Amino acid sequence: MARLNLDQVSKSFGTAEILKAVSLSIEDGEFVVLVGPSGCGKSTLLRLIAGLDPMTSGTLQIGDRVVNDLAPAERKIAMVFQSYALYPHRNVRDNMTFGLKFSGMKKDEIDRRVAEATRMLQLGELLERKPRDLSGGQRQRVAIGRAIVREPDVFLFDEPLSNLDAALRVSTRVEIARLHAMLRATMIYVTHDQTEAMTLADRIVVMNKGRIEQVGAPLDLYFTPANLFVAGFIGSPGMNLFSAHLTQAAETLTATTGFGYALPVKGATLASAASVTIGIRPEHVLFGETPYQAFSARVDLVERLGEISYLYCATVNGTPLIAEWRGRHTPSVGDTVKLSADPGTIHMFGADGTRVPDAVR
Amino acid sequence: MSRRFGPAAVHVILIAYSLIALMPILLVVMNSFKARKAIFGAPLALPSSETFSLIGYSKVLGNSNVGMFFFNSVSVTLISMASVLLFGAMAAWALAEYRFKGSTLLALFLSIGIMVPIRLGSISILHTMVSLDLINTRLALILVYTAQGLPMAIFILSEFISQIPKDLRDAARCDGVPEIAIFFQVIAPLLRPAIATVAVFTVVPIWNDLWFPLLLAPGKETQTITLGIQQFIGQYVTDWNSVLAALSVAILPVIAIYLIFSRQLIGGLTAGAVK
Ligand SMILES: Nc1ncnc2c1ncn2[C@@H]1O[C@H](COP(=O)(O)OP(=O)(O)O)[C@@H](O)[C@H]1O
Ligand SMILES: [Mg+2]
Repeated sequence: MARLNLDQVSKSFGTAEILKAVSLSIEDGEFVVLVGPSGCGKSTLLRLIAGLDPMTSGTLQIGDRVVNDLAPAERKIAMVFQSYALYPHRNVRDNMTFGLKFSGMKKDEIDRRVAEATRMLQLGELLERKPRDLSGGQRQRVAIGRAIVREPDVFLFDEPLSNLDAALRVSTRVEIARLHAMLRATMIYVTHDQTEAMTLADRIVVMNKGRIEQVGAPLDLYFTPANLFVAGFIGSPGMNLFSAHLTQAAETLTATTGFGYALPVKGATLASAASVTIGIRPEHVLFGETPYQAFSARVDLVERLGEISYLYCATVNGTPLIAEWRGRHTPSVGDTVKLSADPGTIHMFGADGTRVPDAVR
Repeated sequence: MSRRFGPAAVHVILIAYSLIALMPILLVVMNSFKARKAIFGAPLALPSSETFSLIGYSKVLGNSNVGMFFFNSVSVTLISMASVLLFGAMAAWALAEYRFKGSTLLALFLSIGIMVPIRLGSISILHTMVSLDLINTRLALILVYTAQGLPMAIFILSEFISQIPKDLRDAARCDGVPEIAIFFQVIAPLLRPAIATVAVFTVVPIWNDLWFPLLLAPGKETQTITLGIQQFIGQYVTDWNSVLAALSVAILPVIAIYLIFSRQLIGGLTAGAVK
């Protein structure tokens, strides 16, 4: 019913090419989150899907219709904005019904939908209030309600939680997840917040500079990032990345970093003398005696969060890295620690930045 | 010292300005309630029990022509104001919202109207009205005043429109609200403070204008109040009682318009629309 298909979609504003041949398929009922740094074109892509801006080239299908030339209202989408965009001089009820009235819908049907949305979002006692008399969280719930009453095939969210404070952000996030479970509608959700992306998404689309870097389930992106950008973007604090140099001695290929960390590697695409990047997540750094290759580093700063602490370290040649420490008795600032990692958790990226699978032995 | 001095100095200047601006009006209103002798005898005195007289008012209000002049002024002013507001708001929205062939040129053309006074075109306006056979009609005045008010109205309203969050019209579009309803039911209500400002700025020069009524509608039937009052001013004798009373009455509608719109002038533009 409401599959969504983007084929080679491009968008330029004047001479600036903002989206470059984006192709993406979204299944019916799927919750897809678009993430990426600010300015990478997430909102632009969402607005193209909504029909608020025309595409420069490409095709967009919703369900089995090509909707390139359809107005937003004809696409059976509903959009929730970061700024809520409620009609300021209408009360909550009128905010929800205003658009429906133009569709020639019967009054009973409108009432039924409003009642249902009101129940789902607990808007009961707010119905007669004006937006200015609501808190931020309530306004966002009304904005979501206005989307629900349209009973759209596809929900579009553009950073809906960014204007809320931290506690409200968590509870509204849970509410959106619950809503998706209840409605089973296709949802496309834009955010620059990783936690939102990881917790809400069936699949995450990582974007950068108008291109899709990788599409995958949250944990796939975490465990097997397709390239350096995704490796650095997913996960917090970000993955430690060390540039290394490949050397061939007898049968074995070895990647050596500037601070003497040497890892035996394999891989058809790897050749002697090439530059590669080694990636180790802070949470995969091991301390002390392990069966694995190790290197030493000095602790510069300790950030204690409770159950875990982050050690900001520098290797012998000054390369910075972050290591996660579990437990209470952290090393002190100035200590030298012996660090290593299980080869199974070490990532390797070729000179072009793409992942080399199973490279570290 | 200078901190306290700044606002005080500003207030002194403002109060002085208000006095200078209000003095003539006060003088007119005051003297309109006095007998003719007292107007000349002690023009600065308040009306007292001896000098109080309503002769001017009874003459003016009893004069059937004055009622007609008044009606002419009110109808011309209100219809012109309504046209300026309606077309000004629509044009400002269109220029801000839609890109079409020549939209930049059109915006430029309209801004010329702010800089060039319309009276410079009086001769050709007169020609046009003669050839359209509109001389001595109120329509002629309405057309000219609408043209006169539009550039400034569009300029002010464009400023306000650019402050309305774009998300609002996007939300309405996603909601299936037709473009015309987006303007009239979503955007226009938010423009109320701006519309009130423009209304006040538009009405005053139209109401007070003597030039175009004299030029385009000097006929007995179509005279406006500013023109009509001139009949009390004679070459040899001027009926000052009537002139002052008529002037006092003529101030009232402008005050009324101001009072109506000043409530709208206050109040937030998009309070609650966005965070
Ligand atoms: N209407 C526009 N005109 C010109 N440039 C635009 C317009 N809208 C967005 N852009 C540019 O497109 C880029 C992507 O913007 P956007 O999609 O809003 O990024 P984000 O990923 O932060 O949502 C930005 O560099 C922005 O400046
Ligand atoms: Mg954005």
